[in-house]
Amino acid sequence: MILSLIGNNLTCTRGDTTVFSALDFSVVPGDALIVRGPNGSGKSSLLRLTAGFLTPTEGELRRDGVLVAEEPERHLTRLHYVGHLDALKPAFTATENLTFWSHSFSSKAISADSIAQALDRMGLSALSDLPTHYLSAGQRRRLALARLVAISRPLWLLDEPTASLDDAGSETLVELIAEHRSGGGMVMAAVHGGLAVPDVTTVQLGRQDSGT
Amino acid sequence: MTPFVQIITRDVRLAFRQGGATMLVVVFFVLTVTLFPLGVGPESAILQRIAPGVIWVAALLAAMLSLDRLFQVDFEDGSLDQLALAPLPLELVAAAKCIAHWLSTGLPLLVISPLLGVLLNLNGEAYGALLMAMAIGTPSLSLVGAIGAALTVGIRRGGVLLSLLVLPLYIPILIFGVGAIDAALVGLGESAHLFVLAAILAAALPLAPWAIAGALRLNLE
Repeated sequence: MILSLIGNNLTCTRGDTTVFSALDFSVVPGDALIVRGPNGSGKSSLLRLTAGFLTPTEGELRRDGVLVAEEPERHLTRLHYVGHLDALKPAFTATENLTFWSHSFSSKAISADSIAQALDRMGLSALSDLPTHYLSAGQRRRLALARLVAISRPLWLLDEPTASLDDAGSETLVELIAEHRSGGGMVMAAVHGGLAVPDVTTVQLGRQDSGT
Repeated sequence: MTPFVQIITRDVRLAFRQGGATMLVVVFFVLTVTLFPLGVGPESAILQRIAPGVIWVAALLAAMLSLDRLFQVDFEDGSLDQLALAPLPLELVAAAKCIAHWLSTGLPLLVISPLLGVLLNLNGEAYGALLMAMAIGTPSLSLVGAIGAALTVGIRRGGVLLSLLVLPLYIPILIFGVGAIDAALVGLGESAHLFVLAAILAAALPLAPWAIAGALRLNLE
């Protein structure tokens, strides 16, 4: 459980360019924060910064009042990050891929049943024994999202999670997010198109903001 | 299965299942060594003289061959991000990957090296030293090489840069690896050289995973 996640006056610099500056946000349990903005406005950078992969050049990120930079490992083990890359090994089957990540992520034993349930939830039961190599982009994305179901972690960072998902897949994701929020979880997602999640806070990134 | 063991088994299975790394490394090793009798000529005295060096240099190059993909595959498919989210410290992830790398490349090289010794007419009393030197030396090749692999992980075609970084660091392992076999051949006893190899391994074992984890963290940005 995370009680609060607060970004204060965050500035992100990649190389010599400032991607965004003076950004504030705060998330409490049950919140969904949607990050919007044109290509290159720093949506992915903001999510990687919130994960703790990137350090802000200015400002601070606090989880439950503690600076994330002070204990990066504790922060990393409380969140899910689903980015553009699906982190799947083509030679392994869907079950093997998900089992590997579940066992890596959890100190408790994860039963084969809960792996099967997570695959079923994402509509992948029929493909569970197929090498991931044969899956389509959308199916691979579903398998990446199955990590969210298999392992419970309070903070979800989703970078364009609906990319290459079909309508049914997007609907499942919306349901998952709703369940996660009602259980006191937090979601931060960068999206372009629609993600029909109700009651969200929006962070708008983009050039027009940095000019003002 | 603990996460540490799980990473080892995953990497070893990948190395064998794709028919990739292991097969490639072993075939490269055998081919390179067999080129020498063809190039130098079949005089057994000369081959016997150069055998320890040839086997070790070929083993170094073969180990190099598989290193550039060690972390790059995980970097490119996003697995590195996910490994950073796991409770297992990145240092132990690095150590597990080095062990897996040794099991899937160093160990096969070790097993096949006596056969190549026969091919090069290596003297009977040198095989014990050859096996011992390879057994103690090849884990250091994986550990030291992995530092280079981690530093070049974000660079496209980092393989050449990796060789330039790592090959100079392999020189001590080469010198004492060959030295052990030469010493056994002239009857001086190989233990002094083996102890130095063991010392290198003892230093690399705790230090390399730490350096690798540092390099990998930089590449998460």
